[in-house]
Amino acid sequence: MPMWAMIVKEFRQLRRDRRTLAMMIAMPVLLLVVLGYAASFDVSSISVAAAGPQAAAVAARLPRPFDVISTQAAQGRPWAQDQLRDGKAVVAVVTGGARPVVLIDGTQLFAARAALTALTSRLAQPAQAQPAQAQPAQAQAAQAQAGQAQLTQAQPAQAQAGQAQAGQAQPAQAQAGQPVPGADLAALFTAAPEVHILYNPELTTSDIMIPGLAGVVLVFIGTIITSLGVVRERQSGTLEQLAVMPLRVRDVFLGKIVPYFVVAAADLAIVLVVGVAIFGVPFRGSLPVFGLGALLFLFVTLGIGVLISSVSQNQGQAIQLAVMTLLPQVLLSGLIFPLSSIVAGVRWIAYLLPLTYFNEISRGVMLRAEPIGALWQPFAFLTLLGAVIVTLASLRFRRYLAPARARRAA
Amino acid sequence: MTGRPAGPVAGPAAGDAVEEWGTDEISVHYQRRLALDKITLRAAAGQVTAVVGGDGAGKTTLLRCLAGALAPASGLVRRPAARQIGYLSASSGTYPDLTAAENLDFRASAYGLSAAQARARSGDLLDRAGLGDARNRLAGQLSGGMRQKLGVIAAMLASPRLLVLDEPTTGVDPVSRSGLWWLIAGAAAAGCAVVLATTYLDDAERAATVLALDDGRELAAGTPDQIIGAVPGTLRGLTGRPPEADEQRAWRRGGRWRVWDPPQSAGGPGEAIQPDLQDAVTVAALARELGLPGSTR
Repeated sequence: MPMWAMIVKEFRQLRRDRRTLAMMIAMPVLLLVVLGYAASFDVSSISVAAAGPQAAAVAARLPRPFDVISTQAAQGRPWAQDQLRDGKAVVAVVTGGARPVVLIDGTQLFAARAALTALTSRLAQPAQAQPAQAQPAQAQAAQAQAGQAQLTQAQPAQAQAGQAQAGQAQPAQAQAGQPVPGADLAALFTAAPEVHILYNPELTTSDIMIPGLAGVVLVFIGTIITSLGVVRERQSGTLEQLAVMPLRVRDVFLGKIVPYFVVAAADLAIVLVVGVAIFGVPFRGSLPVFGLGALLFLFVTLGIGVLISSVSQNQGQAIQLAVMTLLPQVLLSGLIFPLSSIVAGVRWIAYLLPLTYFNEISRGVMLRAEPIGALWQPFAFLTLLGAVIVTLASLRFRRYLAPARARRAA
Repeated sequence: MTGRPAGPVAGPAAGDAVEEWGTDEISVHYQRRLALDKITLRAAAGQVTAVVGGDGAGKTTLLRCLAGALAPASGLVRRPAARQIGYLSASSGTYPDLTAAENLDFRASAYGLSAAQARARSGDLLDRAGLGDARNRLAGQLSGGMRQKLGVIAAMLASPRLLVLDEPTTGVDPVSRSGLWWLIAGAAAAGCAVVLATTYLDDAERAATVLALDDGRELAAGTPDQIIGAVPGTLRGLTGRPPEADEQRAWRRGGRWRVWDPPQSAGGPGEAIQPDLQDAVTVAALARELGLPGSTR
């Protein structure tokens, strides 16, 4: 039976292509497990920095999901705002004024929404109806409606000189009216607080996504296209030709990477211009700092492309591997799901992914005008990742090109 | 599939009258399989050396070692600096998505030729190869023979001292083969040491020296005349099928059969014929297979 012959042939080929077979069997399970733990918008912990004379009292009494990570009684709003700008806290509470001021980092979209919801509902409800130790998931579910309503009620952004903040949200005050005695926050905040959402006052999704999507575009160009470019040399037999030509390994390596680097850099510029011009994404920080981060990130992704190509026998394998590196970067880098929502057992993967660090840099620079000093960690990790990946790629590359080098003494 | 770490490499011995490249007793393993077993090859300047053998004999492995694409597990390789080696790999080694001229431009630039040198040399070689009209065609759109010629002239572009060509004439029509030989002979006449692998023994007969390989081992080596002259025993030609007793030592060539009689054997029907290179290599292979004395080395 002709069809049977075809089926048998396909199975035989599939059996020999173990990488594809492994992907077909292992990937669905792996994806389900990883996504199951990663795909969560629930925020169980909101980092808080507290400043002013009542900072300690705030730290002691703020209920979950708020998690006070630093208190500075001697500091005021500038310090609190720096904590948000530098990504150290999502919420900052400034006490000591006529009314307490709550600052929320709008670039942490889900955490900001959760914070807003928690603040408003806790101020609006009596303590007995809102236990301090309520489970986050339950709290979220119960508050979802309220939170959504508050967001829509948020006042439009009010530009303040030299600052990317404003968007004064008054719903807490408006809904709560007079604070309810006995409620956690109501007791703490004797006057209804001013709530300011900084950096992304409207909590616009595109403002958050586009800086990260720029990274995804770079991963596409950097990883997939580069991996194909090199493996094509091997398939056509020209890689061996290169091995005997008077080219150093780095000539071939960099010669392969540079054109893709240039194209990807141009792509990045286009994505940014489109993002700013069409989607109105702000660019508040330093272009050189952003450029440095982007170049570093590009270097890592191109290194991954070369590494993939050096372990792939053909273009099909290269694409499979490239997709396998792309998928976790999109899903686990904090681009879609907040890192803090990913289960710790899976979250560590995020810290191995270059897009995680590029997200931090691009969002930090574009939306919060974060200075390079505050971004040293993502820069350092990207550099480390780059060094490891490019070294591995070079070593693999050398395996194909080195016989012609090391042994040529004449 | 990689060779083990370096066998030593040496330049030509000082004071040699004729520059000579080659290998001394090199061995190569692919995983556990022995691909080359102590193979020695001599390639003198101004001469063409042919490496012959069937599929899997070790020709490509030997040429890869000589060119520097693979390191032997043991033995010595003598070759000039990379800039003075021209190499045509088993594929044509050209980029199918570049034009013929662009392929040559890339080579010229990698080998450090000036723009003027590159232009002059490319133009000359394209014309000599009959590819002048195809200079702006993509290599991937050229016929097999044209692509092979492009690969050969790309290897010759920088006027190398050692030209290593892996089966340059395989799959090429007779007219193109003739054209390729004209190019190859021209390179040798200009003082280049040419080493080429081929499965065609009539190609090998044009070479000054021949190395025959079988299953990674040397079967015969020398000039074609030396190899032919070293055939032991006698050769008979038959028009019909040979008797059963002779079948193990018989092979068909064209419309006739040939039977090899080792020394001191009784002989049989048919007329005695003079062996050529193809017969000599076949006899050497038969002798090794049957465990009879017949190696021409």
